[in-house]
Amino acid sequence: MTTEIETTARDIVPPGEGEERHVEWEGEQHVYEPHRVGIPPLGPYVRELWRRREFAFELSRTTLRAQHFETAFGQLWLVLNPLLLAFVYFLLVDILRHGHRPHGFFAHLVGGIFVYYFFSGAVRESVKSVTGGGRLVLNTAFPRILLPLSTVITAFKRFVPTFFIYIPIHLISGLPVTLADLWVIPIVLTIAMTAAGVSMFVAALQVYFRDVKSFLPYVLRIWMYASPILYYANEIPNHWNWLLKANPIGSPLAAWSEVLQKGHAPPPVDMLVGLAWGAGLLVTGALFFMSRERDFAVRL
Amino acid sequence: MISLSVSETASPATPHAPGADTTIRVEDVSVTYRTSLERKPTFKSTLLRLGRRERVVREVEALKNVSLEVHQGSVLGIVGANGAGKSTLVRTMAGILPPSVGRVEVHGRVSTLLALGVGFNRDLSGRENVILGGLAAGLSREQLHAKYDEIVEFAELEDFMDMPMRTYSSGMYGRLGFSVAVNMDPDILLIDEALSVGDAKFRKKSFEKMRELCAQARTIVLVSHALGSIEQLCDTAIWMHKGELRMQSDPESIVHAYTKFLDVGEDAFTMEDL
Ligand SMILES: Nc1ncnc2c1ncn2[C@@H]1O[C@H](COP(=O)(O)OP(=O)(O)OP(=O)(O)O)[C@@H](O)[C@H]1O
Ligand SMILES: [Mg+2]
Repeated sequence: MTTEIETTARDIVPPGEGEERHVEWEGEQHVYEPHRVGIPPLGPYVRELWRRREFAFELSRTTLRAQHFETAFGQLWLVLNPLLLAFVYFLLVDILRHGHRPHGFFAHLVGGIFVYYFFSGAVRESVKSVTGGGRLVLNTAFPRILLPLSTVITAFKRFVPTFFIYIPIHLISGLPVTLADLWVIPIVLTIAMTAAGVSMFVAALQVYFRDVKSFLPYVLRIWMYASPILYYANEIPNHWNWLLKANPIGSPLAAWSEVLQKGHAPPPVDMLVGLAWGAGLLVTGALFFMSRERDFAVRL
Repeated sequence: MISLSVSETASPATPHAPGADTTIRVEDVSVTYRTSLERKPTFKSTLLRLGRRERVVREVEALKNVSLEVHQGSVLGIVGANGAGKSTLVRTMAGILPPSVGRVEVHGRVSTLLALGVGFNRDLSGRENVILGGLAAGLSREQLHAKYDEIVEFAELEDFMDMPMRTYSSGMYGRLGFSVAVNMDPDILLIDEALSVGDAKFRKKSFEKMRELCAQARTIVLVSHALGSIEQLCDTAIWMHKGELRMQSDPESIVHAYTKFLDVGEDAFTMEDL
């Protein structure tokens, strides 16, 4: 009993003194306390996350190596899938539009599908990032959020070569090349934020409901149809306009097409709505994941 | 009242002022597993079950109010029957399982060799698994590169490092795991009965390595059913029983009390090395 009281007393020691005591341990100190559904102390968590960022990059590199990403043929293979998809949709949309397609429509379609593939690829891969982490999650203490983050990195690396395929299509379509095209960078960044947020959310959810993975393709397919990819954002009938704003990647995709097709800066409202969605989803996704992650080791 | 609070028994025996050089402090920790009884939790089954009031969650109290302190440089052995909560305790120390109640404080970098071994993806090569595991455990790339050859050499798996780990035998798995854990230069090494897989030669080698590590100023926690190695390697030991800390003392007394309790006697089987 007495020891208990002493312990409590030691804990109330002002932080300065406590730190002094730990100097001899050369920095590393871990305190594990119950917060199974609470959010862990953010400061130390972010510090650990940053310290182990190399893990996320290495995991992504390893995943890509397994897919022969480093060979030219392997890269071609990765590009082939979205490209073929673009051809299929082009055929479909062209028939539905009775051949009346605006100038540069194919470039719009291909560009849209490529960015969407970045988003959906990140989400689709991340859904099994935690449950597939197996022994690593069971045996090592590290910020689990690195696992879904790593899949976003992977998806981004796979997106970059597709962008280079887009360039000739853009040029052949006779679309303008201007300085405003640089807007694609912040646009892709907001989409990446959304992708990271959604990825964390589904990765955590998959631990509790193992069939999330099987629902996901349908959700992603509908999500794609609800985004201005197979059509232009300005073709959306008025009574569907809310859908564009309610879609976290709707506004960024509209901005993406606007920039590439017209060669001028996107409407600020699109950028702001996209940024708000991206930041909001990133924060809520991360907090949801972090509040759950202490529970993962027991649930796998 | 058989179960003793560790601090009470330990304080008079050890010359240390409490907390002075404690590397691991476990304070009144309880761990309760809440597990779903479903084979695979799915959204569908949750929906289908909504109407009925079925209990599908069972609670297991794996640790009950365990308190103990491990001092810098000491080697703690943990013995106990199957399901006593040894692995749970070690995983709580490693920060993998959060305590349901209580507090765990750990000073220093931890390296773990838990019952499941290294490697999280059997399709990746040994090399990739070592690198990824090391980075996740908080080592820098430089540290890993410096250690890598040593790890491979100790495990004697030079020819297999670029093969997928699914092609490894379970002994090779175990050797790599052991080699990674001991070569990481940890301040604290947590080992959960992962020493028994190697062949006789490797067992001897790993025992020697353990001896060497124990002699250094590292803190080691060793869970083992091989009571002989507990006696030879540890300088203090605890006996877990049904989630409670039943006894803490020197290894000889613990092994004696434990074997007496199990009614098996200290024969060749229980004393077998590692
Ligand atoms: N993931 C889990 N979910 C639910 N209960 C668990 C889980 N892991 C362990 N338990 C329960 O917790 C208790 C302690 O288990 P633990 O693995 O700590 O035992 P142990 O002492 O390591 O046993 P062994 O000697 O067999 O390794 C057991 O009753 C076990 O059923
Ligand atoms: Mg065990």
